[in-house]
Amino acid sequence: MTPILHPEAEWRAHLAEGRFMIQRSPSTGGHVFYPRIMEPGTGADDLEWVEASGQGVVHAVTVVRKKDPADSYNIVLVDLAEGPRLMSRVDGVGVDDVIIGMPVRASIISQGDAPLLVFVPA
Amino acid sequence: MTMSHGFPRGRAAIVGASTFGIGKCPGVSAVDMAAKASLLALADAGLSLSDVDAIYTTAPYEALGGMELAEYLGLTPKVTDCNRTGGSAFEVYVQQAALALDAGLIDCALIAYGSNPASSQAPSVGMSRSSGWEAPYKPMTPISFYALAASRHMHDYGTTREQLAEVAVAARQWAQLNPEAAVRDPLTVADVLGSRMVSDPLTVRDCCLFNDGAAAVVMVRADRARDCAKRPVPVLGAAHAVTHREISSMPDLTVTGAAISGPQAYAQAGVGPADMDLVMLYDAFTITPILFLEDLGFCPKGEGGRFVSGGRIAPGGDFALNTNGGGLSCVHPGMYGLFLLVEAVRQLRGEAGERQVKDVELALAHGNGGFLSSEATVILARG
Repeated sequence: MTPILHPEAEWRAHLAEGRFMIQRSPSTGGHVFYPRIMEPGTGADDLEWVEASGQGVVHAVTVVRKKDPADSYNIVLVDLAEGPRLMSRVDGVGVDDVIIGMPVRASIISQGDAPLLVFVPA
Repeated sequence: MTMSHGFPRGRAAIVGASTFGIGKCPGVSAVDMAAKASLLALADAGLSLSDVDAIYTTAPYEALGGMELAEYLGLTPKVTDCNRTGGSAFEVYVQQAALALDAGLIDCALIAYGSNPASSQAPSVGMSRSSGWEAPYKPMTPISFYALAASRHMHDYGTTREQLAEVAVAARQWAQLNPEAAVRDPLTVADVLGSRMVSDPLTVRDCCLFNDGAAAVVMVRADRARDCAKRPVPVLGAAHAVTHREISSMPDLTVTGAAISGPQAYAQAGVGPADMDLVMLYDAFTITPILFLEDLGFCPKGEGGRFVSGGRIAPGGDFALNTNGGGLSCVHPGMYGLFLLVEAVRQLRGEAGERQVKDVELALAHGNGGFLSSEATVILARG
């Protein structure tokens, strides 16, 4: 197993190929996100890439309000089915309709020139 | 060591405290303000600049701020620190200074801060890189991060926007009793609820000020403190916990590191929450005192919103909280932690004028840094 030495760069390369990957330690069974060279807490450095299920639940939500309500947008923290929590956005639903506990699934879109991980209602 | 939980209980004291330039302080640099506050705190203590042999400062826009202030004051300190735990830095400095004083490494510690973001073009607190994992979603830093924590607290415990608003209203009522406070016009719960929403559930009135201000405190060992100009304020405990940097990595959005630093500080001091006569909690946003009241043991987890209701934390209420008007209505120049300590000292000395709380013998000051990331609790006593 080749150690992951460039965690962010490798993750972004996977994302650019349309894959949402997270890390897993075979020795502890734990999943890790954001990508790093070791599992936080245990120090396990046998992390390998696994494809995330993409399933998650909204853990917290805020809406950034803009002068033109059409420009307002949501920000969420999503609990992945595998355990890690991450920041993202829920697309495909009204800005005021994102609620805590809502099941969501991952989707990779383009924002500007870059791929971006977002979620949509599951 | 076990008995004192690693802290030299009561063996160091705050002997000088000052504020300067609260509100608007144009035409000067941040270090000018920190230096002025330093001289005022030394005068308050009856000490002189040449007594200082340790400098603890967190400059708002200078990574090398410790060196900058040493140079400006013309000192060659034995200890110079410019730590990066955000607004909690100053409570951490009290801990570090107490240890260094007790060890005999230093004899007189100066803790200082100044910043004038309302009057200056300099970028304030601009030394933190944005996160590649969060920035693409365009959160308003730091408001959206605290808003996310508030959303979860409301979901789990039924905390309401009205309860959040009570925190802002109480702060304003205290500010009206403090001639130094920057914003003193009347404010009601309805005003807060009707003000502009910034990042749900936080309106602009749920957010702290971003104005000018400087402060300083001076610490010496307790034996020397008796010879200073005013009644010393012994430090009974000081503890610190860091849980994360980015909000997405906060272990539990409704439980802060205060649940770690608080019990440690109580154990060091040999007192508990029920013994506190004054509580100073970092109020960057209305949700933060609610979280800290719970985590520091003043009420059960989830009860913070109900605890602050009905004017309980306002003047005339039965719980003296943030009596200077807080970051919400007195002063919040990028980092606020030092002002918590200064107000605690003034209340413990009986210098708080119209807002003086009766018979303050024990006070708690709790600093917060980052995005509920760094939490530091200090317990002070009347000397």
